[in-house]
This record gives sequence, C-alpha cells and structure tokens, in this order.
Amino acid sequence: MTATSTEEFEDGATLDGNAMAGDLREVFAVDVTSARYMCAGCRHTDAVATLRLWNRAPGLVARCPNCEDVVIRVVRAPDKVYLDLRGSVRLEVPLEGV
Amino acid sequence: MGIISRGFGGRRRESVPGLPPGQYLTHDFPVLSAGPTPRVPLDRWRFTITTETGEKTSWNWSEFQALPAEDFTVDIHCVTKWSKLGTTWRGVSLDTLLGDVESSADYTMAHSFGGYTTNVPMEDLLDGKAWVVYKFEGEDLHPEHGGPARLLIPHLYFWKSAKWVTGLTLMPEDEPGFWEAAGYHMYGDPWREQRYQGD
Repeated sequence: MTATSTEEFEDGATLDGNAMAGDLREVFAVDVTSARYMCAGCRHTDAVATLRLWNRAPGLVARCPNCEDVVIRVVRAPDKVYLDLRGSVRLEVPLEGV
Repeated sequence: MGIISRGFGGRRRESVPGLPPGQYLTHDFPVLSAGPTPRVPLDRWRFTITTETGEKTSWNWSEFQALPAEDFTVDIHCVTKWSKLGTTWRGVSLDTLLGDVESSADYTMAHSFGGYTTNVPMEDLLDGKAWVVYKFEGEDLHPEHGGPARLLIPHLYFWKSAKWVTGLTLMPEDEPGFWEAAGYHMYGDPWREQRYQGD
C-alpha cells in the first residue's frame, strides 16, 4: 500500500517503496517493487515495495524498515538514472510467465 | 518598432542578482532529508575533527558555545533548484575549529548523526567560507533544518552543508560522500551548475 500522507510512518518517511516504481520502470524490464531485497545492514528481507522512502531529497532514498539503513538510492539526472544498490546484498526478481 | 514590451516574456531567472544558473527564488525554507530527523540531546552532542593520522580534537556543546561565534548573512542554493537569498546565521567559523589542528590533508569528509556524509575540499572550509551554525534568523536551529548544529558552506550546493553534523575526517585523497557516491557532483559549485557527475 502506498503511503499518502506525510504522517503515515512514525520514522518520518513520507512514502513507501511503491513510489519508486515509475523511476525503476525506466531502468528495468520487470517491476522491481515486487522484487525481494536483502538488507546489507541487518539481512532483513522483504519486498522492495515495503521499504521506507524519503523522496523530499536530491534523490530517492529507500531505507530498511527494520534497521533504517539505506538499501537503494535513485538519482535522476536529465539524461540518466543512477541506481545505488550497495545497501542491498541482493535483489530477488520474480520472472513473469515462468 | 518598439511597441511590444520586452517585459512580457515572463520570469527571467537570470535577471535576479545573486541567483546561479538554473535556480529559482524561494522565500520559505524547504526541508529536504534523506532519512529520519535525529533529535540530538545537547548533553550527547559532540563535534570531532579527526586528522589523517587519527589525532582527534573535539568539543562538547558547552565548549563549542564558548568558541568565538560570528553572525553573518549569506545566500543558499539547493541542487533541487531553489535558492534562498539573505539568510542570517550564527555559528563558529571552520577557521576557528581547524586553527589548532595539525594536518596536511587536502580533503575532508563531513559526518552526521544518522550516517550522512559529504566530501568537501579543505580549502573550501577555510578563509571565512564555512561555519558550523546553531542559530538561523536569531532562533535555535530547528532539528528539521539540521539542529542543534549543521555545517554551512554557502558557496557550494546545499547538500554539502551537512545537517546534524558530528565532525570532519581529514583525508589526503578525495572520496565521495552519500550523494556524491550516488551520482551527484564531487564538488558542487552552483555557479558552474555542477549538479551531477560529469557536469
């Protein structure tokens, strides 16, 4: 479920990982918000859509809901998208139609 | 000839003095944040400078407050394109904080509560160009804006002015911080529009 108010989460995030779907759709041929991440900080694993998202920043910052470490950063330049995944040990991406 | 007003062209950003290219003026103070806002108790606050040899110089809140402070007015420019002109601050100059620190490092990394980092060349912290500030427009700096104290380097994009700053690590080589590692420019000069890597 996508957060709709600025007070949705106690930790101050205004959105959840679903709000990255548009930017990530430009990069990947699959819906990455349905992929599972493993947090590099605490090894917590869940769907990318459940990450806590800070979007009032120079980029998108998606943090682990368990330990608050940064899992994914997305920076949009005019002609490219930077995707920083160092906070994620891996992404487990379901393949459609298999 | 001359009957069509040239003033009908709408806002011309470049006509505002003090506004770098690509920026627009704002009169409020937008809050940008990459994570939860830490509430730092003053009895736990500490600012530490760590040299390239590991030597540490640090101040607790009362020691920091006892340092000579400056009141000054500067313009600030956020990489998300807003600029705010004539902001008034009170804080301690980095010339004061670095004055007795022995180092030959050319680069620094600022660190914050919550894990944020940003890299700044040493020369951009010296000669009256940077401060650790704790008052904005005469009031204690609100946590949303980086209180109790933040770095302020107004000649660079505002992401370099780390909120909730805890200290500086002095480095012989330049290294990227939080946003620089994710695609933003290593230096960030608003007058040269150094927003992203390669600008």
